[in-house]
Amino acid sequence: MSTHAPDSPVILPLGLTALIVRFGLKAGPDLTAAVKAFVADLERDPIAGVTEIACSLTTVMVSFDGGSSVRDKTTKALQERLSRRHWTSVASPDPMRRWTIPVAFGEAFGPDLTKAARAACLSEKDAITDLCSQDVDVLTLGFAPGQAYLGFLKDHWNIPRMEAINPSVPAGALILAIRQLIVFTNENPTGWHHVGQSGFLPFSLERAEPILLRAGDALRFTPVPPAEMTSILADNPDGLGQAKLEVLR
Amino acid sequence: MSVTFLGNGPAITIQDLGRPNQIAAGLSRGGAMDQLALLEAAALLQSPSVLPALEIAGFGGAFKIETQTRIALTGSPMAASLEGLPLAWNHTHMIPAGATLQLGACRSGSYGYLTFAGGIKSPPHLGSQSAHLMAGIGAALAPGERIEINQDPDPDAAQMALATEPRFDGGILHVVAGPQTDLFDEATQTAFFSAEFTKSNRANRQGVGLDHPSLKFGTDLAAGLASDFIMQGDIQQTGDGVPYVLMAECQTMGGYPRIGTVVPQDLPKLAQAQPGTRFIFKLVSRAQAEALAKTEAEQLKALRAKVTTVVRNPADMSDLLSYQLISGVTAGHDPEG
Repeated sequence: MSTHAPDSPVILPLGLTALIVRFGLKAGPDLTAAVKAFVADLERDPIAGVTEIACSLTTVMVSFDGGSSVRDKTTKALQERLSRRHWTSVASPDPMRRWTIPVAFGEAFGPDLTKAARAACLSEKDAITDLCSQDVDVLTLGFAPGQAYLGFLKDHWNIPRMEAINPSVPAGALILAIRQLIVFTNENPTGWHHVGQSGFLPFSLERAEPILLRAGDALRFTPVPPAEMTSILADNPDGLGQAKLEVLR
Repeated sequence: MSVTFLGNGPAITIQDLGRPNQIAAGLSRGGAMDQLALLEAAALLQSPSVLPALEIAGFGGAFKIETQTRIALTGSPMAASLEGLPLAWNHTHMIPAGATLQLGACRSGSYGYLTFAGGIKSPPHLGSQSAHLMAGIGAALAPGERIEINQDPDPDAAQMALATEPRFDGGILHVVAGPQTDLFDEATQTAFFSAEFTKSNRANRQGVGLDHPSLKFGTDLAAGLASDFIMQGDIQQTGDGVPYVLMAECQTMGGYPRIGTVVPQDLPKLAQAQPGTRFIFKLVSRAQAEALAKTEAEQLKALRAKVTTVVRNPADMSDLLSYQLISGVTAGHDPEG
């Protein structure tokens, strides 16, 4: 059971009541597509005894109710599912919905934009244009409720986390590292680059629908001047920050 | 029917067993740091299920209880008194309407639990009343804040007591290997599972740090790892090679490698220990860990069998009217049955 750069997916126990199916150790679009396709398959055709399914960028977690006999049965069922197809060559499905979200970039609203743009070998202006010219997909939800890992950005955005932790980034902040973006759900410290600010709050118990983002969503950011963001933030009762949602299919 | 928090400790929250099965949404289970204390309270109050309680970290607090109700005091023992009269820990007590309950600082341990016989009435979010501070759900009680409680379903029940297993002195934490254990070389694993650690001051509802005077336990294979699932009990080695055990309000994903997972039944021991308490991590097979594991229902059943009726000497009681003495003797509850 080698955990070093597995060639094929491996099934590993996590604690006493879960298994993970690991497609790889380092994130990339092919692994994320495999993870999403495998989750879709498990949801379409559930394995008996499984109580919860969740995915990270590279793994699928399957929780079960019961002891070792249920784990053995679940392991066998997962092995059989894995053998049905070559999961890492599955194409990523097209998004189901698209959010368009206003963001103010740079200066007080994105103090790390300069650093991040330099690391990507772009001017700040080109960096903003670049970040707003592509859709990013919800890769998975995690870390905090409703918080989505978004990606993947083009290769030049494969920039490491910052050396020093930023002690506090506000909710709605757009942060960036390793070809991914996150819209922050709660004020928290982070090692990612704080490049912009939105009024989009992915998690709010004040709303009928506390969690806005889900698998199958794509996001696109629209640059707005700081003054406009200030007025969006000043009048934002629904926590959507004037985001628009289109249903694509 | 309400209870007013008159003030003192800064970290008093409503806690139940949390929100399982929300990992896909990015929300860890949360719930009481010492879930055994909630099971003990349910057994003492003869409640069919676990009741949401007030989790009281470290400092204690004063509570004006407006309605007559039984309470249970469990978890870390605190100096408890009712209108100046001392109350025994790991017991139920009848509180007359309008009385003030005073809880002092933890004597040993870190989290005391105050459970009302009818439970606390507060809006559930995603199926739980627990505050999850890291997720932004709920908040600690503010001085002067009132909470609503439900009516005691059995106010005539006898006073009950429970002799509890000690869990405040540290000791062995049983660990099962996890998906990333093999990222640590054999020498590091051997050193880690024979080292003695002390609980650090870096401890809250999110996690507990452990210190070692000299050794570090890192791995060179951690760089560039994709963020992966983290669960309660995982022993995360942060950049400085020092272990940090994830607790109730952990994040659901993280990029630091984990050497293993502390089994659920040892987490109350780690949560309750005071800073400086000594711990050893012991690697066990999954089969051994499963042999130790008990479901909540099994634990509750075992605790119910250990609860005993308190028989009081009227001469020791300064205010007979505040006790349900007669009904306590005649109600006929047989905790062994």
